[in-house]
Amino acid sequence: MKLRFLRRVMAAMLCLVLLGALTACGCARKTDVLTVRYLNFKPEIAEQYEALAAIYQRQTGVKVIVETAANNTYEQTLATKMATDEAPTLFQINGPRGYAAWKDYCADLKDTELYKHLTDQSLAIKDGDKVVGIPYVVEGYGILYNKALTDKYLALPDKAVDVESMDEVDSYDELKAVVEDMQKNKAALGIDGVFASTSMKAGEDWRWQTHLLNIPLYYEWTEGKVDFNDSKAFSEIGFTHGDKYRNIYDLYLNNSVTDKKLVGSKTVSDSMAEFALEKCAMVQNGNWAWSQIKDVSGNKVKADNLRYLPIYIGAEGEEKQGLAIGTENFYAINSQASKEEQKAAADFIWWLYSSEEGKKQVTEKLGFIAPFDTFSEDETPDDPLAREVARWMAKEEITTVPWHFTMFPSARFKEDFGASLLKYAQGTKSWEDVVKDMKNGWKREASAIG
Amino acid sequence: MYKRFYRWFPVFVLPTLAAFTVAFLIPFVMGIWLSFHRFTTIKNTHFVGWENYTRAFADEGFMGSLRFSALFTVVSLITVNLLAFVLALALTRRLRGVNLFRGIFFMPNLIGGIVLGYVFSLLVNGLLGFWGVDITYAATYGFWGLVALNTWQLTGYMMVIYIAGLQNVPSSLVEAAAIDGAGAFSTLWHVKLPLVMPSITICTFLTLTNSFKMFDQNLALTAGAPERQTQGLALDIYNTFYGRIGWQGVGQAKAVLFFLLVAAVAGIQLWLTRRREVDA
Repeated sequence: MKLRFLRRVMAAMLCLVLLGALTACGCARKTDVLTVRYLNFKPEIAEQYEALAAIYQRQTGVKVIVETAANNTYEQTLATKMATDEAPTLFQINGPRGYAAWKDYCADLKDTELYKHLTDQSLAIKDGDKVVGIPYVVEGYGILYNKALTDKYLALPDKAVDVESMDEVDSYDELKAVVEDMQKNKAALGIDGVFASTSMKAGEDWRWQTHLLNIPLYYEWTEGKVDFNDSKAFSEIGFTHGDKYRNIYDLYLNNSVTDKKLVGSKTVSDSMAEFALEKCAMVQNGNWAWSQIKDVSGNKVKADNLRYLPIYIGAEGEEKQGLAIGTENFYAINSQASKEEQKAAADFIWWLYSSEEGKKQVTEKLGFIAPFDTFSEDETPDDPLAREVARWMAKEEITTVPWHFTMFPSARFKEDFGASLLKYAQGTKSWEDVVKDMKNGWKREASAIG
Repeated sequence: MYKRFYRWFPVFVLPTLAAFTVAFLIPFVMGIWLSFHRFTTIKNTHFVGWENYTRAFADEGFMGSLRFSALFTVVSLITVNLLAFVLALALTRRLRGVNLFRGIFFMPNLIGGIVLGYVFSLLVNGLLGFWGVDITYAATYGFWGLVALNTWQLTGYMMVIYIAGLQNVPSSLVEAAAIDGAGAFSTLWHVKLPLVMPSITICTFLTLTNSFKMFDQNLALTAGAPERQTQGLALDIYNTFYGRIGWQGVGQAKAVLFFLLVAAVAGIQLWLTRRREVDA
């Protein structure tokens, strides 16, 4: 009798525990404290964000919850988080195309302090009179080279070019002459190739299918005087400078550390490690790559020897071309959050880019080149690549190439183009087919946005 | 008896039922509902009717992935089950260290798909390196790479099920067959095979559904390279959903079609193999 009673009690308790566990996940209490929920795009600085969130809470009492999406999963994570009760109040969109996807969630930021202090207001993403995205960091990319190695090459007695300094190189032809002769002399220079591996592994090919493609399309759209507010202008592309893309891509492939048939399994970290270990002299990447160079163990490159060269592709007037500088990081505030939460989010980013403490965090910890007039000349990050980008931006006679790749129709388009480029590198696809597929892919993806 | 049963019914069934509803039924119904909508997040949807389904069928990637998955599943069914059965036969004999071998063959099953895919990419690329290429060079390399991976991973698990089946074959029947003059092959074909038919049903079902649904191994080993030619259905659905703005609904429609397909194929397979099951 006693035993049966005990058994019943046990069973009932077990059921209660189970039911409790089930309901517990459904009804987590909402906190009444005013919070900013930020979905961060850059995993490499997630810790720095959390540290500054703690500082902000100490100073103002407003809680900032920073959540970070893993590499290449921002859109997925955002789509998931947005559907929850704890949706981010502050997030980011990657440009006009990203805005198209998140239109229903982007509040008008026209009256925010941060927008008023944006140095170049044309950089913001607008929809009619509304301002929906504020760029918060400026980044640049180009061909990064190791001056120690190029100097070593330029000092060779039997070099085949009459270039005395890398500063003289200002066209594709000159770059090609230098690179090809360097490749011939690779043994004397102690390198395996001039360029780091052309990383073509799926998910690792953005340097080519996005960044490099930006350069010929910049020339195409500039010559065609395309109106960037007219989305119809981007339903198709001509890829009129496709041959020039091929020029530079071939140069990368043929003068590389890695045989071009093997690039399909190379990653960006492989490339950056090769550069850091002086197995190569050049690599195409942006200023964010500094941490990837610095943190490679056994790294030989000296910070003082890092220099940028624009990506010359053989276009007309390219001696005035600069680095590709822009951003795909735009703050957006969730329009579906409450008014108080929206204001809290706007206050947080304004604090970050205007207060002494906030600015210090931005330049020193986050390492951002901030595009706001609240920052003075000397408030720039201390890393050598960011300094190089600033040096190129300051050159009067040079025209910076904007980041037009925010107009690319979809991730799918980029992936497909990357896959095509890989087959071309392996010699199983003709260049004509690469161009044809790329144009068709653009049209197909652009039409789906509607 | 029944009275008691009814009294305790809610206590034992409700928790499980609730969990099943929350974690399976609701998402499932919502998924079907979403496949008729255009949406970015599931809170903000617009009804579009059958449009997502027509777009799914018009999408080349979907048909290509379907062919790839179907072929992959057929090949895996054969390699996994043949190898697993042979291993089970070998490891039901009286050998030294049988348990050790069983353990070793089972182990690959305990490793996660992403890790396995990564390890196999190193192996396959190392091998193909002798010819100066890598796994992304041709779709056939990726295909056979995946078959090898899948076989290596699933064989041990299926082997365990076959071993259990073979051990349940009554020794009296085997002895009777021997007395009647049956050789090793005849015993296997006419006595053991019909009796392990239930194991075959389970193993073919598991291999079939697992191979069709394969995702992480696919992502880690080839990610579809070259040009999505080695992209299975699950990976295609994922890429449609997340890689293309305005395609989320189509991805959802593909997922519903995927479910119907796997359910139908598995149903037919179960019916076919069940018919051949006999009692000892």
